[in-house]
Amino acid sequence: MKSLLVSTTAMAMVVANAAAADMITELGAPEGQVDIVAWPGYIERGETDPAFDWVTKFEEASGCKVNVKTANTSDEMVALMNEGGFDLVTASGDASLRLVAGGRVQPVNTDLIPSWATVDDRLKDAPWHTVDGVHYGTPYMWGPNVLMYNTTVFPEPPTSWSVVFEEQMLPDGQSNKGRVQAYDGPIHVADAAQYLMAHKPELGITSPYELNEDQYAAALDLLRGQRELVSRYWHDAFIQMDDFKNEGVVASGSWPFQVNLLASEGQPIASTIPSEGATGWADTTMMHVNAAHPNCSYLWMEHTLSSNLQSDLSVWFGAVPSVPAACSDGRGMQTQEGCDANGLADFEKIHFWTTPVANCSQGEGACVPYYRWVSDYIGVIGGR
Amino acid sequence: MDSAHPSRGVADRLTGVFWSRPKLLTALLIAPPLLWLGVVYVGSLAALLLQSFYSIDEFSGVVVPEFTLKTYAELLRPSNFDVIVRTVTMAAAVTLASVAVAFPIAFFAARYARGRWKALFYLGVMLPLWSSYLVKVYAWKLILAKEGIVTWAAEGIGAGNVLGAVLAIPVIGGNSLSTSYIGTFLVFVYVWLPYMILPMQAALERVPGSLLEASADLGAGGWRTFRSVILPLALPGIIAGSIFTFSLTLGDYIIPQIIGSSRFFIGQAVYSLQGTAGNIPLAAAFAVVPIVIMLIYLAVARKMGAFDAL
Repeated sequence: MKSLLVSTTAMAMVVANAAAADMITELGAPEGQVDIVAWPGYIERGETDPAFDWVTKFEEASGCKVNVKTANTSDEMVALMNEGGFDLVTASGDASLRLVAGGRVQPVNTDLIPSWATVDDRLKDAPWHTVDGVHYGTPYMWGPNVLMYNTTVFPEPPTSWSVVFEEQMLPDGQSNKGRVQAYDGPIHVADAAQYLMAHKPELGITSPYELNEDQYAAALDLLRGQRELVSRYWHDAFIQMDDFKNEGVVASGSWPFQVNLLASEGQPIASTIPSEGATGWADTTMMHVNAAHPNCSYLWMEHTLSSNLQSDLSVWFGAVPSVPAACSDGRGMQTQEGCDANGLADFEKIHFWTTPVANCSQGEGACVPYYRWVSDYIGVIGGR
Repeated sequence: MDSAHPSRGVADRLTGVFWSRPKLLTALLIAPPLLWLGVVYVGSLAALLLQSFYSIDEFSGVVVPEFTLKTYAELLRPSNFDVIVRTVTMAAAVTLASVAVAFPIAFFAARYARGRWKALFYLGVMLPLWSSYLVKVYAWKLILAKEGIVTWAAEGIGAGNVLGAVLAIPVIGGNSLSTSYIGTFLVFVYVWLPYMILPMQAALERVPGSLLEASADLGAGGWRTFRSVILPLALPGIIAGSIFTFSLTLGDYIIPQIIGSSRFFIGQAVYSLQGTAGNIPLAAAFAVVPIVIMLIYLAVARKMGAFDAL
């Protein structure tokens, strides 16, 4: 079995190398369609809301019909790409490197994408899609995990994540106990680690996704204290919004999506990125190694960067465009203020989500791998 | 070509084959469902069982395909064992409460309701089953919310402090009904109740009226008749219903995620351990727990005669 494992890994590497050699150097005629695996809400053709459409014009101009298969988790995306039959995927940071390592995606020739130059310089060589200087995709969209709060309880934005981590009096004179929330996924351990980066520098945490045993234990301790404050952890965006409306929750880590939606309903809700910074996510359009429609795929990647997509999607999803110009040049509905509210100005304070692995910058096997985050976080939520 | 045997079509020949070997036809007809049951159903269960005997490498997080009981030992770790105890306790509590709530309803429907009332009863029990499970759970979340109708009504009739006292009970209490075990419990009972009422009602309908009359003739009071005649005869139905409520609660992973204090149940643990976490062995071991519990439960139920009527 072990030899099988070794040989499949070797094969994967061979496939990856072969793919690197096969990088497309010039575009041919469009094939008439492109098949994309995407997050729900990522590729809209005006069917949910007529104002949000970034597909119809592409189909008319390129002659490539866009077929979308939505996936609800990163694991589903990886599984679909392993099955094959798709050209592109909007992969998040916990899927992108797995796809590269598994030889499922091919390098992208940025010379064939004229708008590559307009991509945010800070994203061009991002480690979640660039391996050994080779680009395996084009940045799609990114966003921070913000601190959402109730403006009647907090007349001034909270300046620290301590409101959700440590028991304290809130500005309205009542304790935060039972009035704050946290995400129920194990990746929330990284938020605790980031808080400790600022408040316990002696632990020497350099990345919230690379924790050795001591740093990890300290993060879990912080989370055990948080359990006392949290009545219910949030998992589903709409349930969290309901908890802010009907359950007396006044502060929680959240996504701009919930903040924008609640604010649009007239709720007293706003968000901030506190002084410690925040964790965040960044998605990449990646191309299958055996993509059946490479020319349409390249045209779509160009379209994602040059059209109204970046601008309108950032409004729709509460995210930040990978092309900064999309915020202000009027190609869509987004404005500079909107981009800043969604986190553009705070890029430097954001640690992007990557899957914690045992072999990290602290050494071989020095870090606590993700599967332990999962089992231990179950214990923390259970009060252990 | 022989003129006595003109050329035969394919279908004609097949008929001949089947006529001369009747077992072949039976085998062909039974093969697809058997394959379904054997390969898809039992096969996947076997794969699950196999995975649970593997373990995960502590350092790399890679699954080691060598047989070991290490993963099962991990189930006994306090944080994991909590999940099992929590789920089984909830399933037992939900089952007992369902019996208590369902019995009077089923008894009335079986022995007193007639004609239009009976139709109304069936409609009332079945109607909730026709609407989406998720819609019902979300609705309950709103009903039980801190600023929901239950709290509002309790305060309106001056029982706000009673509700407060109930929520102050350690462990099962919480910040509001919808963030406490009480809330999870109420919703479980609501959602699974029809599965208890229907088999119970079927069992009660089969209790012969003559036995009740005989019991009365022999001088037994209402309570004595209930205990010595009705309950033993209705027991198979109660146990059949309890199999539904117990196993459905054991496996559910949506209700505790939406209503309650976020503490994990077995289904949620399985869900989060597979996938990116890649801890398939522990997920499989967790999945085996309800299977073992249900096997024991069914064995006991059989002893008590729940399947005698089958």
